[in-house]
Amino acid sequence: MTALREIEFRDALREAMSEEMRRDKRVMLMGEEVAQYNGAYKVSRGMLEEFGPRRIIDTPISESGFAGMAIGAAMMGLKPVVEFMSWSFSLVAADPILNNAPKMLYMSGGQFGCSVVFRGNDGAGGQLGSTHSWCVEGLYSNVPGIKIAIPSNPYDAKGLLKTSIRGSDPVFFLESERMLGNKGHVPEEEYLIPFGQAAVIHEGTDCTLASWGRPVHFCMEAAEELKKQGISCEVIDLRTVRPLDVGTVVRSVRKTSACVVVDQSWSFGSPGSELASQVHRHCFDDLDNYVHRVHSADVPTPYATNLEQEYLPNARKIVEAVRSATYNL
Amino acid sequence: MTTLPPSVPSAPAATEVHAKVFGATEHLAPAAAKVDVPVERMKQWLRDMLLIREFEVRCMQAYQEKKIGGFCHVYIGQEAVAVGCTAAVEHRDPIVTAYRDHGHALARGMDPKYCMAEMFGRIGGCAKGKGGSMHMFDRDNNLFGGHGIVGAQTPLGAGLAFACKYMDEVIDGKPSSRVALCFLGDGALNQGAFHEALNLAGLFDLPVIYVVENNGYSMGTAIARGTTMAHSLVTKAAGYGIDGYVIDGMDVVDVYAEMKRIADRCRATSRPAFVDMRTYRYKGHSMSDPRKYRTKEEEEVFEAEDPIGKLQRRLQAAGQLGDDEFKAMQKAVRDQVREGVAWSDASPPPPLEELFTDVYLEPWGPYTGSAQPAMNGGTVNPAGFKTIDTKEELS
Repeated sequence: MTALREIEFRDALREAMSEEMRRDKRVMLMGEEVAQYNGAYKVSRGMLEEFGPRRIIDTPISESGFAGMAIGAAMMGLKPVVEFMSWSFSLVAADPILNNAPKMLYMSGGQFGCSVVFRGNDGAGGQLGSTHSWCVEGLYSNVPGIKIAIPSNPYDAKGLLKTSIRGSDPVFFLESERMLGNKGHVPEEEYLIPFGQAAVIHEGTDCTLASWGRPVHFCMEAAEELKKQGISCEVIDLRTVRPLDVGTVVRSVRKTSACVVVDQSWSFGSPGSELASQVHRHCFDDLDNYVHRVHSADVPTPYATNLEQEYLPNARKIVEAVRSATYNL
Repeated sequence: MTTLPPSVPSAPAATEVHAKVFGATEHLAPAAAKVDVPVERMKQWLRDMLLIREFEVRCMQAYQEKKIGGFCHVYIGQEAVAVGCTAAVEHRDPIVTAYRDHGHALARGMDPKYCMAEMFGRIGGCAKGKGGSMHMFDRDNNLFGGHGIVGAQTPLGAGLAFACKYMDEVIDGKPSSRVALCFLGDGALNQGAFHEALNLAGLFDLPVIYVVENNGYSMGTAIARGTTMAHSLVTKAAGYGIDGYVIDGMDVVDVYAEMKRIADRCRATSRPAFVDMRTYRYKGHSMSDPRKYRTKEEEEVFEAEDPIGKLQRRLQAAGQLGDDEFKAMQKAVRDQVREGVAWSDASPPPPLEELFTDVYLEPWGPYTGSAQPAMNGGTVNPAGFKTIDTKEELS
């Protein structure tokens, strides 16, 4: 028996794009440095060679322009994948990505869909300072008409990205610079992962930990530590925040009676606050304590290493939150 | 084939007013005095312009009666631009425009009843009452909106052209065969999106024509107060390596002749173009604009150059249009618009189920998928919605 194939997160992303491009000529990739440079983070390495410059397109630093161009092309029936080197740069493309992509179908009364995928690095990359460390899901999950995927591992990244490209609606696909080198099992054979289906990645009985993207790993670290302290955690990876699979979290909380939501975006009006609110509503009689939340600190992202570490969610903060949420144990 | 006499040149006083509104006029291309256009085609343009004028007059009336809500921007005075430009391209060429969009919808062939019902907020509207005055879309007539944010449509226009070229060359392996028309107002010239779009169009050799409907004012701000090089907008395009043209947008024959030439070149070379289309809106920016930023005298100069009157007089001078025929034309469009208003009045408001349709094509949670408006043969009965099921594709 051969060992399970393990590849990096960035390779999983590239496999997803390349497979979909081989399958459908309407799919192409555009963005800054995606072609000749092989991608600022090497996600698109080798794609120019395989698909040529008509389908792997280097754009100038002009996010508003090329995001809008991709949306226009999608209205005509193409299926562009747009790489934002960082989602922080998507803020200068706010009008096309928030005013055009999510609303075109509605405003045209069903006449023009917009099958476009915007993808790139989200969240703190490590000492990049405040302007380059956005967790845009805090802002963008507020907008109906888009779907948002935030995978935590290579397997999910590939399956969710293929679903994003093959689907019919606009998708914001949020990756993390800090995870692109993470390795994980990705099978050779094709698979797709549907949106809105959370994964219970660690079963437990005392407290539900709900998260997505990079903080899922902090939740697993915290669960290990808490196990030593005699507290059994159930860890749920939501995988997409629009749709948000509240049902899986609710079923878990009805079992554990305690819940901690971990979200790297700021706390005020975030996917984490939405999930906590929904858990409160659906598990009002099941909870032993209020739903605790661990977010990034409510300040601009700092540069200094120690401040940045203190700013981000981490295992220590999650352990503290779980201890508080399960005070009665 | 009949050759018509040229338009009567503007009086010197009028030229001064033109210079005041637009800056110098030396870039204006010479009027296309000799264009071989069949008289019947010109009569069609006259009817199209009359239809837009009549439609907009009815819009203003309906707005006063509070049948139309929100913002409403009428196209009166600028009819020759939409009619001449759409005549100069093929029906399969995509068009996108800004929020003063009723004229483009009608010129592209939308039945006025769908346009009016949209403004009335009725299910019979082109977007089932979900878009409103600023967001006219018509898939079958290749009209990609109606966009409310100034300049937002300019990158979309580049994208339409990109897709046309990509579909022909990369997918079908044949030469690029379509051009995209992207209309914008002179106010959009100062938006970043416009400059990014022009750079991309120039860089990627996109077959898109940016038509600036330069009516001299962005809302209440005269062009020179908000835009550098207002007297020579084509120099902005030159900075992006794009050929620029100046056209008299008050003469539909000129618009057609010049735009046909530009569109043919754009189609053949797959290079973008930029047009400073000099025109004038007779009414305010929107329904609430008292037009205190300009003089009555200035308005009168442009009213004397009314594109409808101009074509009517030319056809009559050539003995090609009798009074009775013109009156019949006016009556026909009046009846057509009146019927459209009656149809819109009778159309029910969108059923409440419509709130959650057309948010996503793939149904999930409270979202029920998508359905076409009646205009495209869709049903207005929510029970019969044709949802697009992608489950099969995802399996």
